[in-house]
Amino acid sequence: MPQGNQTAPALSPERVASATYDAIRECATTLRPDFRRAVKSALDSLRAGDSDKGASVLEQILENAAIGEADAVPICQDTGTVWVCLEVGSELAVPGNVLSQVDDAVARAYADGRLRMSVLADALFDRTNTRDNTPAFCEVKLVSGAGATLHVLLKGGGSDNASRVVMLPPGAGADGVRKVALDCVREKAANACPPLVVGLGVGSTFDKVAGLAKHALLRAVGSPAQSEEAAAFERELLDEVNALGIGPAALGGSPTALAVHLETAPCHIAALPVAVNMGCCAMRSKSVELVPWDAGAAACAADAAGAAGAEAGEGPRAKGGAR
Amino acid sequence: MSDPIKLALPLAREDVADLRIGDEVLLSGPVYTMRDAGHARALEALRADGALPFGLEGATLFYAGPTPPAAGRPLGSVGPTTASRMDFATPALMEAGIVACVGKGKRSPEVVEACRATGSVYFACVGGIAALLATHVAKSELVAWEDLGTEALRRLELEDFPAFVAVDARGGDLYRAIEQAAQ
Repeated sequence: MPQGNQTAPALSPERVASATYDAIRECATTLRPDFRRAVKSALDSLRAGDSDKGASVLEQILENAAIGEADAVPICQDTGTVWVCLEVGSELAVPGNVLSQVDDAVARAYADGRLRMSVLADALFDRTNTRDNTPAFCEVKLVSGAGATLHVLLKGGGSDNASRVVMLPPGAGADGVRKVALDCVREKAANACPPLVVGLGVGSTFDKVAGLAKHALLRAVGSPAQSEEAAAFERELLDEVNALGIGPAALGGSPTALAVHLETAPCHIAALPVAVNMGCCAMRSKSVELVPWDAGAAACAADAAGAAGAEAGEGPRAKGGAR
Repeated sequence: MSDPIKLALPLAREDVADLRIGDEVLLSGPVYTMRDAGHARALEALRADGALPFGLEGATLFYAGPTPPAAGRPLGSVGPTTASRMDFATPALMEAGIVACVGKGKRSPEVVEACRATGSVYFACVGGIAALLATHVAKSELVAWEDLGTEALRRLELEDFPAFVAVDARGGDLYRAIEQAAQ
């Protein structure tokens, strides 16, 4: 079974913490490469005509990304809460304390990176700043296989606030799902810093549907869903979203969204849970393969996995992708 | 597109009277950062004393929580937060003397009416480009509420800071105009 090299076991609290630290430092100052490409390609298609203002906003997004990279400063002042998902194969042995050093890594990364501390001690009873951006919001996701991928997402408040969960009656059907997404974009896009990636989750339970929508944001921008049915739904909904005319920075025109990413799941006979999680134009996440999913490549890949990581969407589409 | 209008802060109500929604502006001069927690405190002070704290009459508020200094600049990164979260306090603050505010996103009908009634304006700027916007901030100093961390009251000196008029002093509302045009 692949376990990385002998000196540094692949799935230890230290390894997870160091990957988290590196991902935060890189994400805060870097627009996700696939998102950057999508902005460039949207700009190229706008230059044919359309809105001056929209093109100017897209140019500013690219200029901002260049400044972030060149000067190592955050691309958005809202450097977010840290959302961590360790996706592990069920054939892999996971030490129970594998996330125990994540908060320490968050505190160090936010201090060293001169990032913004945006976390309060308690939402209701103690709204004092914890001053080190902890705690992180963590989950472990078990899937089939023998690999492990760490997903780190810096989530801004504006775009998360513009998100929602709706428990539809099953009779509302696909049209009802589309309406939830379109209403959410119409009402909230201006607050969520468009152009957006619209993460759409449909299915599972009240608590888990929001997770589907969040995971959908990790997928490379515009990469289609795995089933043709879902991919067609995404394309149609993207066209409808962009027909709303909200546009970059909500100044009118197009694009309002660069992509719609849909994740679906089974659900109760009485249910049609829907969640929309907005991804803003300062999309910041990184997915790092800690243990290779492809057992055949394990021996030679183990050393490289940690150092090189896998950009969202540029790694294998198998378990390492946003599933 | 016409050239942006250069505005020197602090602004008098006469300075903003002729601005119209959609106008692009470049702001130069002092603004004060204030977010959710600051608005609650400012409103509390206004109710207790009948006046804005720290002599904020005539000031422009910037809804922003910056990152610490970096790259030789006073702030590493600074940009607008969602303005609608301040709607609960904005009409009272405008009546008490705030002339302009800078944020992102839609405002409530009450805020639009407060702009019209008091002759104030709401500027929006582009969200998600805070490294770029920070290059238009020449100075930053702490004024009060240090315990709030990034939400503290700071006085920033802007230089040609790009924004656009989203609610004007006649009660025009850019976001609603864009929505209606798209329908």
